Amino acid sequence: MPRYSLNVNGQPRPLEAEADTPLLWALRDELGLVGAKHGCGAGLCGSCTVHLDGQAVRSCQLPVSALKPGQAITTIEGLGGTDALQRAWVQHDVAQCGYCQAGQIMQAAALLKANPRPSEAEIDAAMAGNLCRCGTQLRIRAAIQSVIGGAA
Amino acid sequence: MKRREWLQLSGAAGGGLLLQIALPTQAQASAQAQTQAFEPSALIRIEADGRILLKAKNPDMGQGVKTSLVMLLAEELDVGLDQVQIEQAEWDPRLLDQWSGGSQSIPRAWEPLRRAGAVARWLLIEAAARQWGVERDALSTARGEVLHAPSQRRAAYGALAGAAAQLSLPDPARLRLKGRSEFKLIGKPTPQTDAAAIARGAPLYTIDVQKPGMRVAVLAKAPVFGAQPLKANLAAIKKLPGVVDAFLLPGVEQAHHKNLTTRRGTGFEGGVAIVAKNSWAALKAQRALQVDWSKTEWDEASTAGWARQAQQLMDGPGEQVWRADGDVDQALAQAAQRIDVRYAFPLLAHTPMEPHDCVAEVHADGRVHLIAPCQIAGSAATALKAAFDIDPAKLRVEIPRIGGGFGRRLEHDFVLDAVAIARQLPGVPIKLISTRESDMRHDYYRVHGWSRIRAGVAADGSLQAWHHHSVRCAHRDPVTPKLRATLFPARFIPHYKVEASTINTHIPFGPYRAPGSNTTAWVQESVLDELAHASGQDPLALRLKLLGDTPELRDPDFSAARMAAVLRLAAKQAGWGRKLPRGQGLGIASYFSHAGYVAVVCEVSVSAAGEVQIPRVTVAVDVGPIVNPAGAINQVQGSVIDALSSTLMQRITVEKGAVVQGNFHDNPHIRMPQVPRQIEVHFIETERAPTGLGEPAFPPVPPALCNALFAATGVRARELPLSLHDLSQKAWQRS
Repeated sequence: MPRYSLNVNGQPRPLEAEADTPLLWALRDELGLVGAKHGCGAGLCGSCTVHLDGQAVRSCQLPVSALKPGQAITTIEGLGGTDALQRAWVQHDVAQCGYCQAGQIMQAAALLKANPRPSEAEIDAAMAGNLCRCGTQLRIRAAIQSVIGGAA
Repeated sequence: MKRREWLQLSGAAGGGLLLQIALPTQAQASAQAQTQAFEPSALIRIEADGRILLKAKNPDMGQGVKTSLVMLLAEELDVGLDQVQIEQAEWDPRLLDQWSGGSQSIPRAWEPLRRAGAVARWLLIEAAARQWGVERDALSTARGEVLHAPSQRRAAYGALAGAAAQLSLPDPARLRLKGRSEFKLIGKPTPQTDAAAIARGAPLYTIDVQKPGMRVAVLAKAPVFGAQPLKANLAAIKKLPGVVDAFLLPGVEQAHHKNLTTRRGTGFEGGVAIVAKNSWAALKAQRALQVDWSKTEWDEASTAGWARQAQQLMDGPGEQVWRADGDVDQALAQAAQRIDVRYAFPLLAHTPMEPHDCVAEVHADGRVHLIAPCQIAGSAATALKAAFDIDPAKLRVEIPRIGGGFGRRLEHDFVLDAVAIARQLPGVPIKLISTRESDMRHDYYRVHGWSRIRAGVAADGSLQAWHHHSVRCAHRDPVTPKLRATLFPARFIPHYKVEASTINTHIPFGPYRAPGSNTTAWVQESVLDELAHASGQDPLALRLKLLGDTPELRDPDFSAARMAAVLRLAAKQAGWGRKLPRGQGLGIASYFSHAGYVAVVCEVSVSAAGEVQIPRVTVAVDVGPIVNPAGAINQVQGSVIDALSSTLMQRITVEKGAVVQGNFHDNPHIRMPQVPRQIEVHFIETERAPTGLGEPAFPPVPPALCNALFAATGVRARELPLSLHDLSQKAWQRS
């Protein structure tokens, strides 16, 4: 089985996996990083969202063999728990079941990194790939707005 | 109820207090009194070192009970939530009402959990009174301490716990509970217990469980429900990387046929199991799996076929008459305005974000350990006994946070699936996972159905006649047909008839958020809207006229006054009556379900191309007092978005006996750009014990949306989802 060394949350993480293993399952099963979730396996729900060199990607669609050496992977665990978005998510009591929320936060983080002051329409467009079955979208918007406004 | 029957006190190791509480229903309590010694289960534990542990009794699937039920305990115990450790309770049959569903958690726990907290507080005060030689009346509590105001002596609960554990229990029924003005927690917006853990991606869900030696399994199931695996390419599968084993698992016969009656099947459906070292190996092997499935009598069944059958049935009388008041035919003949309309609603899949999963370990000595997202673990225990002769006394069920329930996890198939596999590998923990396709194609669906309603209005605008012929594919409605036929607008319309016919299918049906109501409300509230427009009446005015000044009805209970109050509030807050330009419109609907009264005004805006935007939804809710406003608003907004999504774009269809859709491309879910900018929630907190809120805000939303669409465009949608209809300007009707 091929060996890989992935740069995850600033650390080199060696692992063995089949070449076509999606990054999602390498993270979850081999590296114990279970924040990124399995929701659809088809890149349609966004629950698996992580960052690749700061860009949001759907890790269920990214085979480990397609990663270039040194590419920086950031997962929800890499935000440290005290990121402004994470604090906003708690302050605004965003979550219901919570299953989609790590993906939502990672998507929002990538948005704000690329565009620190997005409009309402830009927020909606950026978050359109992330499904929330419980219907917390209004609070997701409020939490993102509060970080833009510097309130968190 | 004697205090011994539901409370038991003991000393915890190290000098603490353990208050064990069971919460029987009334029927169960009297049965228990006649049987064996009662052994309740711990919900409050106070350690001598000051730690206070409160157990969250019911599973949390996002409806917030891990917080709200604990608030009930903490309120009467007089501790802050920041002072306690909260732990999810494992399945404990002694707890009895340990289930989440039917919007029942808060109403069933409201009294017993507060009393339990009050008992613990009483004991701590009593211990302090004895220690200090003072009267109870001179003592007060706050934030986990007992205070003697005259001398300023104080003691933390931990210091008193050991002594308190030695005392006799008071009679809980005689304790004074706090009045609303005394609440420190209840009624205050409280963030979810797990908010921070969720935000940092903590391993909270069944799918996150990792155990030494664990294997990951998938269970491939037949495309046509009830078909059995005859043979499969097992040898080839076992050679694939990471695959540990693969085998056929025959199902219990008639597993799904039991769903055709009102009894839930206890059988195991069967399939082909693949066990692997990790998730990807299992999922990838499933793609390579080739199975010969048995033929069934349903192999040519289709949604289109059932729809044709339903239309033919609706042409004639129903098989059963559920209610007949007055003379509906004569009243219709004499009506000033009459309509005769047919409605159709599709199968819906639950699609919780966490797909079908369960962790199971079966030991050689018969012990079974589950980590399962069960809304009602007790029913899984019953099913395990019936299917595999698992002894409930040897069953341990941990219930992690559930990644979405909506009624899906009231079933126990995921438990049976995991145990069926785990039994073949004793001593090996098995994590069953599922593709989204398998989850969507092997659901216990929200029923599909068809309705024909003939209704008539007199010259004075009063609703005189209502004749509903309902065609269903099963009657798994928790509300019995007889009760269903007695709900509003029955008893409000003098000539009222409800008939029913049944089409048999092989589709497994199950409860879906506000079962029965989530479809009946759409039909009923749309037809009321049609009648209003047909007779030149304002839709709100027609409803208020129908409700009238009717006094509170009993058996079943229904309050016209509470319904009228939420209608008026929603209408007022939404600016009902505003004139809007063509392409924009307001729609109103209301419904009573799960003992709650909810009215909704929906505002839509339809583009010339037919794209539907919903800028604003206004909801008025009466479920009595709100325990946690933060969680309650989230439930209402969540229900609204859930209902908008299915109404706009969701359906499951069947062709050649199998479900067609498989993922979010062909059975989509609403995305951020289409979610309303505003969903305003207004509570009328009538004075009574609270009723539940997980479901009642859902049913009025689909009709409010469709009524708004009619107001905006003149297009009346009598079949769902709306994506089936051309809503572009060329389809707009003059209304």
